[in-house]
Amino acid sequence: MNAQSLSADTKHYTSDEMMTVAAARLLWSGCVCFVGIGIPSAAANLARLTHAKGIVLIYESGAIGTNPSVLPLSIGDGELAETATAVVSLPEVFAYWLQAGRIDVGFLGAAQIDRFGNLNTTVIGDYSKPRTRLPGAGGAPDIAHHAKQTFVVLKQSLRTFVEKLDFRTTAGFLNGHGERALHHIPGAGPTVVITDLGILRPAPDSEELTLMARYEDVSVDKIRAATGWPLAVADTIEVIPPPNADDLRVLRDLHERTRMAHEAPVLSSNEKSSTAPIPSHSHVQA
Amino acid sequence: MQLGSLQEVITEYVRDGQSVALEGFTHLIPFAAGHEILRQKKRDLHLIRMTPDVIYDQLIGAGCVRELTFSWGGNPGVGSLYRLRDAVENDWPRPLVIHEHSHAGMAAAYAAGAARLPFGILHGYVGTDLARVNSQVREVRCPYTNARIATVPAINPDVTILHAQAADRQGNVLIQGIVAGQKEAALAARTLIITVEEIVDCLTTSMNAIVLPHWVVTAIAHVPVGACPSYAHRYYARDNAFYLAWDEIARDRDTFNSWIARHILETRDHAQFLDSLREAA
Repeated sequence: MNAQSLSADTKHYTSDEMMTVAAARLLWSGCVCFVGIGIPSAAANLARLTHAKGIVLIYESGAIGTNPSVLPLSIGDGELAETATAVVSLPEVFAYWLQAGRIDVGFLGAAQIDRFGNLNTTVIGDYSKPRTRLPGAGGAPDIAHHAKQTFVVLKQSLRTFVEKLDFRTTAGFLNGHGERALHHIPGAGPTVVITDLGILRPAPDSEELTLMARYEDVSVDKIRAATGWPLAVADTIEVIPPPNADDLRVLRDLHERTRMAHEAPVLSSNEKSSTAPIPSHSHVQA
Repeated sequence: MQLGSLQEVITEYVRDGQSVALEGFTHLIPFAAGHEILRQKKRDLHLIRMTPDVIYDQLIGAGCVRELTFSWGGNPGVGSLYRLRDAVENDWPRPLVIHEHSHAGMAAAYAAGAARLPFGILHGYVGTDLARVNSQVREVRCPYTNARIATVPAINPDVTILHAQAADRQGNVLIQGIVAGQKEAALAARTLIITVEEIVDCLTTSMNAIVLPHWVVTAIAHVPVGACPSYAHRYYARDNAFYLAWDEIARDRDTFNSWIARHILETRDHAQFLDSLREAA
């Protein structure tokens, strides 16, 4: 199915689209959201383009209040700076904005999560001799420490929902039962985890992630089978409505614009002019 | 401030065994300078950067690097750096010692370095394994409240290399757009080398733009399109297609080696490198 016909078909959707839409619905206009790259960025921008037009998006590269027309491939794309209210340095964004407690929602992905919402983005296997070396922490530990709450979005499987993390890159509720608060960590931690199967939230006392909601076509048994520990399940499971036609159209348009923007080569044999400097602030070329 | 060719500047100021920060956060990454370091086959470098990306992948895969201090090592929006992974996972082409931080930790370390303080402080690292694997992450008690605060030792690179939009004839350097930790990395360094898109008679900028005064700059080389395939705001866009293509090139040792041979070792300078990319396109 090509992009055009998929875009027109709003009855069918992928589990990635469902996850992105479900995550976007949790954001609100006026929310100050510190955004990670990937699905968090897609969901936050979908929210901005649909029901949460007044959301403030902050990327760790220093772009504050940014309104990109395409999703950034990297967290420092020029598009983020061009469309931002302010562009500040990275030490400033982490110290004056994040650490100072000005962020409502930190929005993260991860490679592994455990039952208390701790995250691993560092290694699979032993740290000193890893089977797979992952990119590492970035700003995730800082975001999860300071944001008033953290939203985590990742696909749910036995590979990602593990009994024991190979490495704890980012603190969630540690071992639960109030341990996070004992350490005087200011943010409330991962208050919601959105997956391609459903939505989990921490239980009030144990802080163990508990299945609260599922998508229409996903059974609770399927979600249990995709979890690497005996999953706690709420007494009543909410069924999350499917994406509406407007959500799907906006999300697919966004992805299509993004794909076209990222595939356009900058350097090519017949477009040398595209790399020529365009002096904008200086009078004299050397 | 000395004005020279990139080849001269790298020959004179970058030596085997030094700590070198080629900073840049997606924007203004000094690719041309990194390629020249690779061409000159510098060895045993301790590379420093918050977000080592494709240029560090190239230097690591080519065997120039002994140690890496960083906070996020991936191909942004694409995935792994396969040469970094091969070094960490398989010691190829040589073992790599890593010192790992979070972004806020490394930002605090650069800021302390710029201020010539012994360490930086932050609220962070609590409950993470990063402090367990990086013995440099420690803590102090606040002398006023007795609260625990994480510390990171200052980062003071032997050499920091930045790419900037412009310099004037005196050597004052303008950087604008996404500036991340460039100013801190510049002022933390013992030697500061800058490559620039253009050299102008007079910088006309808003008074709050980042200008590094000529008397903190060691040397400048004029290298147009010197950040490519990264970007220089208001000059040229990021070559996202190259970053996507790098995923395939770097996966395999042989493909990587032939790419390095053709595009770096067999080119004389950055202009020839850009020509070689156009020919391959």
